[in-house]
Amino acid sequence: MSDNHSDKHQAGSQSEPASTSVDLEKRKFLIATSAVGALGCAAAAVPFVKSMTPSERAKAAGAPVEVDIAKVAPGEMMVAEYRGQPVWIIHRTKEMLEKLAHHDAQLKDPKSEVPQQPDYCKENDRAIKAEYAVMLGTCTHLGCSPNSRFDVTPDWDGGFVCPCHGSKFDLAGRVFQGSPAPTNLVVPKYHYLTETTLLIGVDPEGKA
Amino acid sequence: MTNKSVTEKKSVLAGAIENTVNWVDERFPLTSNVKAHLTEYYAPKNFNFWYFFGSLAMLVLVIQIVTGIFLTMHYKPDASPLDGILGNPSVAFASVEYIMRDVPWGYVIRYMHSTGASMFFVVIYLHMFRGIIYSSYRNPRELIWLFGMGIFLALMGEAFFGYLLPWGQMSYWGAQVITSLFGTVPLIGPDLMEWLRGDYLVGDATLNRFFAFHVIALPLVLLGLVTAHLIALHEVGSNNPDGVEIKKTKDKKTGIPLDGIPFHPYYTVKDMVGVVVFLIVFSAIIFFAPEVGGYFLEANNFVPANPLVTPSHIAPTWYFTPYYSILRAVPPIGVSQFPGVVAMGLSVVVFAFLPWLDRGAVKSIRYRGTLYKKWLFAFVVSFLVLGYLGTVPADKFGQFGAWLGKADIATVVARIFTVVYFAFFLLMPWYTKRDKTLPVPERVTG
Repeated sequence: MSDNHSDKHQAGSQSEPASTSVDLEKRKFLIATSAVGALGCAAAAVPFVKSMTPSERAKAAGAPVEVDIAKVAPGEMMVAEYRGQPVWIIHRTKEMLEKLAHHDAQLKDPKSEVPQQPDYCKENDRAIKAEYAVMLGTCTHLGCSPNSRFDVTPDWDGGFVCPCHGSKFDLAGRVFQGSPAPTNLVVPKYHYLTETTLLIGVDPEGKA
Repeated sequence: MTNKSVTEKKSVLAGAIENTVNWVDERFPLTSNVKAHLTEYYAPKNFNFWYFFGSLAMLVLVIQIVTGIFLTMHYKPDASPLDGILGNPSVAFASVEYIMRDVPWGYVIRYMHSTGASMFFVVIYLHMFRGIIYSSYRNPRELIWLFGMGIFLALMGEAFFGYLLPWGQMSYWGAQVITSLFGTVPLIGPDLMEWLRGDYLVGDATLNRFFAFHVIALPLVLLGLVTAHLIALHEVGSNNPDGVEIKKTKDKKTGIPLDGIPFHPYYTVKDMVGVVVFLIVFSAIIFFAPEVGGYFLEANNFVPANPLVTPSHIAPTWYFTPYYSILRAVPPIGVSQFPGVVAMGLSVVVFAFLPWLDRGAVKSIRYRGTLYKKWLFAFVVSFLVLGYLGTVPADKFGQFGAWLGKADIATVVARIFTVVYFAFFLLMPWYTKRDKTLPVPERVTG
């Protein structure tokens, strides 16, 4: 069968010039079917690519968390967990907030211009309500967890020091100059459900 | 006396073999392939020491596949804590310790695999260096070089994915840092990173997919590329230390290159010598120094992964350190680390452009001028210095004074050598053309 076919084809191409032996109708058909085939392959790739995104279980584990902040005394902090990362909630006192305005010259990004926080947290010392700072407790250098150092000394207004490479942050999570960390700490999306409960992971507009 | 009976005896066996071979040949091109790739593949007669590393790379590939299969029989890709008790090491970590302690001969098989990974890079780097000094990448061997680059990339992937599997501290944080690099890509970065990890952080999903890439996806790619590499090589023929095309001078009657000798038996026998020496070194490492002072197996990887405790110093294994140095050396633009990531990617991919960057009149370093040799020397030094710097913390040698903005000395040195590294490639069209070369002989010089 196949032998006969190729014989015929050879005979045909020998007797005619190459240009006229091209069956344009057949070529169009082949191009069209190839295009459809390529689309089919692309469509078939979708499940495989999508299967690599976080599963429903991973998404559930990474769902927004509700945190009760009523018990955090002024001048103290608590640590919640969101997507495997520590989230700090610091209850800042008036004195703490006052001190925050006094060391802008020593900060890398005092005005929080780098988008390390949602837009609604650019003011109020990087918080929705100035009394409660919310931020991810992972250093922006290499992801270590900085330690709190709230004791005020003449040259330290209180803040955080990373044990790994010595990055220093103030109580608004703003990084001091001379730290290996390039940017301020990340403020996650969050909003107040009530006066004393936060929902971490969701904007006030309800966007996750 | 017994000559006749010997021939008769032989002919019974030989006849049986011949019949079998004939039977196969009618159904599969066995004899013709053996001829084309072994007994009648004519390689230049002047191969030297540098030509051991291609066959050695094949040997290591086989070692990795065989030991890998046996490790898979005991290894478990599972990041959940052992016995479901929070705070226990992961099932994956425990299964590696189980291989080391309880599986008969398991420690030997694992050390063969971990040593094989490093030795793969030793052999491949020497193999690539051979290609560079004799310009084996030049016309008509560009595709061989490109397939080789594909093999190199696949190998780097294998090493990276494989390193996560023991789920130790260095596995975990290495994967954390490298997957974070994809997060620096503008616009799609964070989504890309999440897609690669399969979760919001490096976790069980990441471990399972890295296992799949390591044991099936990339090995298949590797085998395909090695096949293509060899087919392309046997199509155009091997280069040699003189850079002379042996196909130009053929025996008029037989059509066999006058400077060619059959690969088998001549080079199979020669390669056996290389194999023996290699296996001596390989065994010495496995039995006497499998960690090679933390270079082949890092100390921190004997500590179970802990997402809440970052090791104070994260360094990749030695074969990635030149590129890691470049990543660290390139300063961020604003807050974006992406320029460093791009530079690191380029430092690997740039090798692929060698066939088109080299405008030299000759191929072999034997006939190159001093200009080229100086550049090559500078490149080798920068590769080694960057490789060393990648293994140490950036503040290892302290800082410069205020006159240089208190920059880390190690970082400044890395920046200088990063420039040299790229200059070797980018200025190559210029200095290879300008280089005063020596005349190339008509025939190979033995």
